Amino acid sequence: MESTDGGDEERTTKGSAWDLPDLPTGTLPPHIQLQKTRVVCNKEAPTNTENVQYAGAYAAAGVDNTVRLDDFRENFRVEVIKLTEDDMEFDLIGLDASIANAFRRILISELPTMAIEKVLIANNTSVVQDEVLAHRLGLIPLNVDPRLFEYMSENDTANEKNTIVFKLHASCAKGGSRITVKSEELKWLPNGSEFLLAKGNSASNQDSKQKTYTSFSCSQDSLPEFADNPIAPKHADIIIAKLAPGQEIELEAHAVKGMGKTHAKWSPVATAWYRMLPEVLLLKPIEGDEAEELVKKCPVKVFDIEDIGRGVKRATVARPRNCTLCRECIRGDGWEKLVALRRVKDHFIFTIESTGALPPEVLFTEAVKILEDKCERVITELS
Amino acid sequence: MVSNGDLVDQPQWAGVDKEFLAAPVKSAVDKFQLLPEFLKVRGLVKQHLDSFNYFVNTEIKKIVAANNEIRSQVDPKLYLRYKDVRIGEPSRMVDYVTEKLTPQKCRISDITYAAPILVNIEYTTGSGNSLKVQEKRELTIGRMPIMLRSSCCALYGKDEEELASLGECPLDPGGYFVIKGTEKVILIQEQLSKNRIIIDTDKKGCVQASVTSSTAATKSKTVIRMEKEKIYLYLNQFKTKVPIMAVMKAMGMESDQEVVQMVGRDPRYSALLLPSIEECAKANVYTQHQALEYLEKQVKPLPYASTRTEKRASSILRDIFIANVPVHDNNFRAKCIYVAVMLRRMMEAILNKDAMDDKDYVGNKRLELSGQLLSLLFEDLFKTMNDESKKLIDTVLGKPNRSSLFDMSKYIVRDSITVGLERTLSTGNWDVKRFRMHRKGMTQVVARLSYIGTVGHMTKISPQFEKSRKVSGPRALQPSQWGMLCPCDTPEGEACGLVKNLALMTHVTTDDEEGPIISLCYCLGVEDLELLSGEELHMPNSYLIMLNGLILGKHRKPQRFATAMRKLRRAGKIGEFVSIFVNEKQHCVYIASDGGRVCRPLVIADKGVSRIKEHHMKELKDGVRTFDTFLREGLIEYLDVNEENNALIALYEGEATEETTHIEIEPFTILGVCAGLIPYPHHNQSPRNTYQCAMGKQAMGNIAYNQLCRMDTLLYLLVYPQRPLLTTRTIELVGYDKLGAGQNATVAVMSYSGYDIEDAIVMNKSSLDRGFGRCIVMKKMVALSQKYENGASDRIICPPREGYEAERMQILDDDGIAAPGEIIRTHDIYINKQSPTVTRGAPAPNLPDSKYKPSRQTYKGPEGETAVLDRVALCTDRNNNMNIKFMVRHTRRPEVGDKFSSRHGQKGVCGTIIQQEDFPFSERGICPDLIMNPHGFPSRMTVGKMIELLGSKAGVSSGRFHYGSAFGEPSGHADKVEVISETLVKHGFSYNGKDFIYSGITGLPLQAYIFMGPIYYQKLKHMVLDKMHARGSGPRVMLTRQPTEGRSKNGGLRVGEMERDCLIAYGASMLIYERLMISSDPFEVKVCRKCGLLGYHNYKLKADVCSTCKNGDNISTMKLPYACKLLIQSLSDEAHAFSGGL
Ligand code: SF4
Repeated sequence: MESTDGGDEERTTKGSAWDLPDLPTGTLPPHIQLQKTRVVCNKEAPTNTENVQYAGAYAAAGVDNTVRLDDFRENFRVEVIKLTEDDMEFDLIGLDASIANAFRRILISELPTMAIEKVLIANNTSVVQDEVLAHRLGLIPLNVDPRLFEYMSENDTANEKNTIVFKLHASCAKGGSRITVKSEELKWLPNGSEFLLAKGNSASNQDSKQKTYTSFSCSQDSLPEFADNPIAPKHADIIIAKLAPGQEIELEAHAVKGMGKTHAKWSPVATAWYRMLPEVLLLKPIEGDEAEELVKKCPVKVFDIEDIGRGVKRATVARPRNCTLCRECIRGDGWEKLVALRRVKDHFIFTIESTGALPPEVLFTEAVKILEDKCERVITELS
Repeated sequence: MVSNGDLVDQPQWAGVDKEFLAAPVKSAVDKFQLLPEFLKVRGLVKQHLDSFNYFVNTEIKKIVAANNEIRSQVDPKLYLRYKDVRIGEPSRMVDYVTEKLTPQKCRISDITYAAPILVNIEYTTGSGNSLKVQEKRELTIGRMPIMLRSSCCALYGKDEEELASLGECPLDPGGYFVIKGTEKVILIQEQLSKNRIIIDTDKKGCVQASVTSSTAATKSKTVIRMEKEKIYLYLNQFKTKVPIMAVMKAMGMESDQEVVQMVGRDPRYSALLLPSIEECAKANVYTQHQALEYLEKQVKPLPYASTRTEKRASSILRDIFIANVPVHDNNFRAKCIYVAVMLRRMMEAILNKDAMDDKDYVGNKRLELSGQLLSLLFEDLFKTMNDESKKLIDTVLGKPNRSSLFDMSKYIVRDSITVGLERTLSTGNWDVKRFRMHRKGMTQVVARLSYIGTVGHMTKISPQFEKSRKVSGPRALQPSQWGMLCPCDTPEGEACGLVKNLALMTHVTTDDEEGPIISLCYCLGVEDLELLSGEELHMPNSYLIMLNGLILGKHRKPQRFATAMRKLRRAGKIGEFVSIFVNEKQHCVYIASDGGRVCRPLVIADKGVSRIKEHHMKELKDGVRTFDTFLREGLIEYLDVNEENNALIALYEGEATEETTHIEIEPFTILGVCAGLIPYPHHNQSPRNTYQCAMGKQAMGNIAYNQLCRMDTLLYLLVYPQRPLLTTRTIELVGYDKLGAGQNATVAVMSYSGYDIEDAIVMNKSSLDRGFGRCIVMKKMVALSQKYENGASDRIICPPREGYEAERMQILDDDGIAAPGEIIRTHDIYINKQSPTVTRGAPAPNLPDSKYKPSRQTYKGPEGETAVLDRVALCTDRNNNMNIKFMVRHTRRPEVGDKFSSRHGQKGVCGTIIQQEDFPFSERGICPDLIMNPHGFPSRMTVGKMIELLGSKAGVSSGRFHYGSAFGEPSGHADKVEVISETLVKHGFSYNGKDFIYSGITGLPLQAYIFMGPIYYQKLKHMVLDKMHARGSGPRVMLTRQPTEGRSKNGGLRVGEMERDCLIAYGASMLIYERLMISSDPFEVKVCRKCGLLGYHNYKLKADVCSTCKNGDNISTMKLPYACKLLIQSLSDEAHAFSGGL
C-alpha cells in the first residue's frame, strides 16, 4: 500500500511528487492520508480497502503508525442513532475494522441464547413431520435471558438451571375447520417435564414420585427473575403447523442454552452488521442542469440543491449517510471526475437486529465482555 | 434464502396467479390469454386423453362391429352377435359385489384401475328347429385399464374439491394408467406416415418410392426401386424383385403407351421408363395373362400350403400390393394410377434431387398414441377371444349328448382380454402376432421424482429407430419442428435428438371420418379418376387431389379448391384438424384427416390483419368466450406441419405484412413443459437449456398435493419448496408455481476459500440450519402375510418384551407391526412375522407354535441415518394375502457433496459449508446463502442466469414476481434488463446488480463489487449419503474369491487397469503385489518343479503330490491369486497344459 499509483491519485490530489516537502513534516501527504483513512469506491471496483497495520509504514514521512491506547481512548466514540426494543443502530468511531468485525462475529455466533433443542413428541398426527416440526420449534426465538441459565453438557441431567420446558397440546376438533397452531400455544412448564420416564428404569425408587424427563429441584417460577415475567416465545404469531379436523399435536419442548456457532437457532441476532460511513464529495462545483441531474440520479436523496444567488443552482451533499453505494452518481461519462464516493475506514455504522432474547444494547455489551474475556485468556496464556 | 415463512400448502397461492393471468392486456392485442384457455380446454396431456377417448368412444365400437359374430361351425344356425359395446365405470368385483374404484385406491392397494367392457349381445338358444333369439345386455367381456382423466375415468369433469376428496391431486395431468398399483404411461411412438408415398434412396443410392400400407385388413410395405436404370417392385410376397412393367401389365395395363401417358408425356420420363419396358419385352411379357403367369412364378410359396393355390399373383396384387388403394370388382385402374404417380415422383426425384422426400421432416411423421396402440391390442385380443369362444362352443356342440339348454353367452371366454391388456401394459411389450408387431418398452413407469418430470414424461416421444444407430440426420433439429416439438428437451447421450418432447401447444390428431370429406371434394369440383384418361392426369395446371394418401381425382383450380375447403373447415363444416396442403412442386393437393399428425393452433390473419381483435380478448376475459368459440368462429385454426408450408406466419402482429396468413399466438409455446421453466432461455447457450431440461426432472420438490398419501417405492421431497421469484408464463400455466422444486437462494458470484473450484458451491451453514435445501427421502418396504396351499398361513404376533431380542423389537406395537412415528435403526425388526414350517400337503388347520419358524424382516438402512417409520398401510392384494407396506422417512440437511443446480444447466456439488460469520455481507446486512464461482459463467455463457439474478433481485426489492418467458421481451412476458436495472436503482442497488461487500473474515471491504442476488436453486436427487462407500475387508465372490463389486454388495474399490499401469510405471512393485494379491485373493498352491503343473496336498498321507508325475519329490509351495489358479485349471480342462517354469 505504500507505493503510490500515479494514475489513481491524479483524481484526488493535484500535486506532483516535486511539490512534496523535502523534509518530513510529521504529517502524511494528502494522497497517502486518503489511502490510509478512506476506501475509494470507483466505478469499476473499490480501492484502498486494506488497513495499514505496520507501525513503521509511514516512518519515511516521519509519521508513527503504531496503535496507541491513549489515542484510542481519546478518539473512540460511540453514538447511538436509533434504539428500539429489537433494533439498534449506532456509530463506532475511531476503531479498526478488525475489532468491529470481531463484535459482529461474536454477536452472530458466540453470544448464547436459549432455544428449543429437544422435542418429546407424544402425538403428532399433523402433516408436518416430527423432525420438521422439531426444526420449526427450534427456530422460534424465546423471550428469556440466557444469562440466568447454565449450559447443559452431555452428562448433565436436565434441571431448573439449564432447561426450560414448554408444552404444546393442540388439536383440531373433528367436524370443525382447519386451525393454525401458533407459537403462543407453547406453554411454559415451570415445574419441568410432565412426561413420565418409562417404568423400567425407576424400579429402585418406586416409593418416590414417578420420574420425568427432567429433575427440577424447585419450580422455575419461584425464582425471582421469572416470578412476574413468565417465559414465553418472543412472538406469539409464528406459525408452527396447521391442523386439519381430527389432527392433534402433543409434545414437550426442552430449551437449552447454546451458541450460534452450533446452530443458527441460538444466534441472538437476526443479523448484525456494519457499514463504513459513506463520504460523498463533489470534486468540482456542480451547477445548473447538471446539479439537477445529479439530484435526480440519486435514489436515496443524498444530494440537495442550494441556491447560490442569481438563480444559479448548485448541488450540495446533504445526506451522505444515506448513500447505499449504488454508484448511480458516477455512472455515465465524466461523472466520475465530478463526484467521489468514499468510505471512512474507522467509522462504522453498526446495526444489530435482535431476535428478542436480549435487547440489542445488552447484546452489544455482552459481546464486548466476551471479547474482553478472550483477550484476557490470550494474555494469561502468553504470560 | 428468501423464506416464505409459511407452510408448504399455502392456500393463497392458488388465488394469486388467476388474478395475474387475468392481468391487463399489453401489446396491440395480447393473445396470451388464449393459452390458459387452450390448456383449460385441452389440458396438458390432451394428446393422450383425446386418443384414449377416441378409442373408448369410437374405435372400440368399430372393432366390435367389424367382428361382431360368432357362428358355430357345427350348427351354423347357432350364432352370437355383438350389438353394442361400451366401457362402464371403473370398478371391480369383490365377493360378487361391485366396488367402484378410484385411482388412488388402486395405487395404494396394488390393483389395476380398470372398467368392465360391457357388450349387448343377441344369440340363439335351443337346437334343431326350436331356435330362439335371445338378448342379453351389459355383459362383461373383460376389463379395460382406464386412462386417468379420460372420459371413462372417475376423475372426469371433477373440480378441485371433488378431486381432493377422491385423494387425487388436482394438478396431476392424468394420461397414464394404473396397472397393479404402478402408474404406467404409454409413450408416444414416432413413426413414418402410413399410406404415403415416400421417395428416398436406399443404401446403395438407388432412388426408390415406398409406401407402407396400413388398412384395417392388411399391412404391407411396397417398394418400387430404380436399379441399374430399370425399375422393379419389391414386395415381401415375391421371391425376388419383379419388373414394374410386368406388374402394370398384370393389372391390366397392357399397352406401354398408356403407362407412358400416365407417367407423363415429358420425353425425359419416357426415356427413364424405356429400359424397364424393354426388359419386360425381353421377358416375353406382353399381355395381362402372360404377366400374371410370370408373376406367379415369382410368388413365394406359402410355408404350409401343400398344393399351390392358383391365382395367387392376382390376389397379392389386389390385396397386398399398395394395400391402401382399394380394388373394387377387380378394377385395378386406381392402383395403376397410383403406381404411375409413384413412378412419376420417382423420376422427378431422379431428374431433380430436390424432389426427394425428407424422412425426418415432421410432416412425414405420425405419432402413435395410447389409443391407437390399445386399439390394435384390443382388436387382437377380441378376435382371439372370439376364436376361442367359437372353438369352445364347437367342442361343446360336438359332444353327442349335450344338455338340452345351451346358452352360448356362457361360453364367452372372459379372462383373456383382461389378462392380455394388463400384461401388455405392465410389461410394455406389444406382441401382436396378427399385425406382425413386436415392440418392446412401450410403457414406462411414470417418473414421480418431481412434478415437472411427471408432466414431461407424458409429452415424451420415443423414437422409431434403435438408439444405437450412428446417424446424424434423425438427430438433427428439423426446421419443421418449430412449434410442434420442443427444440431443447432431448436427453444427452445415445438417445440425443431421437427422443423428443412435445411443445406446449401441440395437439396430436385422431382419425376423422373420410366419407364426408370425399363427397365434399367431389362437390367442390374434383374430377373422378375413373373418368380421366392417363393423358389428362398430369395436365399442366391441374392438380391431383389426395386424401390420406389416396388419389381422389384432379382439380383444375387447386388454389380455389383449397381456399374453399379451408373456409368450410373454419366454418366448422369439416373437422377442425383436417389439413389442406397445396404442394406446388408435386402438383398435388394433400388433404389429411388421419390420426397422429401434430398440429397447433394459430391466429388467422386476413391480408396481415389479425382476426382477433381487442373486444374478442375482452370477452374471453369476461368469460363469455372460450377457446372453442374462437375456433368455431374461425378466428383460430389448427395447422399441421404440411399446411404450415402454405401459410406465412408472422411472429408478432406488428410484423405482419400483406401476405401474412397467420399470426403466432405466443412465441414461447415453441418450447415444451420442461424448457418452459427456464427463465430467459433465449439468452442462454442452447445446450445449457437442454441440460436443464434433463435436470429439472431430477429436482426435488413437491410432486403432487397428495404426495404424503402416496406409497411410492422412492420419494424425494423438499421440506420448504418455493416458487421461483423469476417465473415464466409456462410455469404458471403448468402449475410449477404451486408444486415448485427448488428454493430462491441468495447467491454471491465470487470465489471463496478454494472449495468452489470446478462448479462446486460454498454454502452458508446458518442457511442450512434455517432449512435451506432440507429434503425428505421416503422409501417403501413391503411385507406379505401369505396363505399357503395347505391352508396354513403366516402369522404376525406380539413381540416379546423381555429377552435378548426385545431390544431389536422395541419399535413394534402389540400387533407385531412397527408403529408409525418410531425411529427405526439398522437391524431393527419391523414386522414380527412367523411362517409355518410345512406349507404343502394335507390341510393343517390349527398349528401349534412349534410348527412356526420366525421370518421377521429387519430394516437395513445406511449406518448413521436415523430414519423414522412414516406410515404403515395394510391392504389385500390380488391373491387375498395381507400386504403390509411401510414407508420409512429420513430428513436430510444438505452436506458436502450434495448436488445442486440452477435452472440454467449449471450443476454443482456443495464444496464446503461455512459459518455465517465468515461469509461476506453486504452494506445492508445481506449474507448470501451460497457462493458460486464466477468461472462458471464465461465458458457456459448462461446469460439467462445473470438476468435471472437481476430480475429476482428487483423482484424481492419491489415485491412483484418478475417474468422471464422465452422470447417474451417484445410481448411483455419477460422483463427487460433495462427496466429491471431501473427498479434496482430505485431501491438503492447498483444497476448492474453488483454490491459493495465486506469480507466476513477480515471485516474489510472486498476489492471488487460482487454480483449478488437471488437465484432459484434446485436440489437434485443425487446425494452423497446414497453414494458414499468404502470398505475394509468384506464379502467375496464365490467363484474367484475376489472382493465383490458395487456399493449394494458392500464391494471393494477396484484397482483397475489404468491404476495398475500407473503403479507399474512408477515401479511400486510391492504395492501392486499387495493390492492385486494379498488384499484380493491370495491362495497357496503346490507346484511340481519338474513338470510345472499344479499338485495337491494329500491330507491322508500328509504329503504333497504331483498328479502328473505321480510323486511328491519336486513339489514347491507358492502363492498365487486364486483367480490365476482358476484360470490355469480352466485352461488345463480345455486340454492346454499350462506349466509354469519354476
Ligand atoms: S452512490 Fe448512489 S446512493 Fe450514493 S450518492 Fe451516489 S447515487 Fe446516491
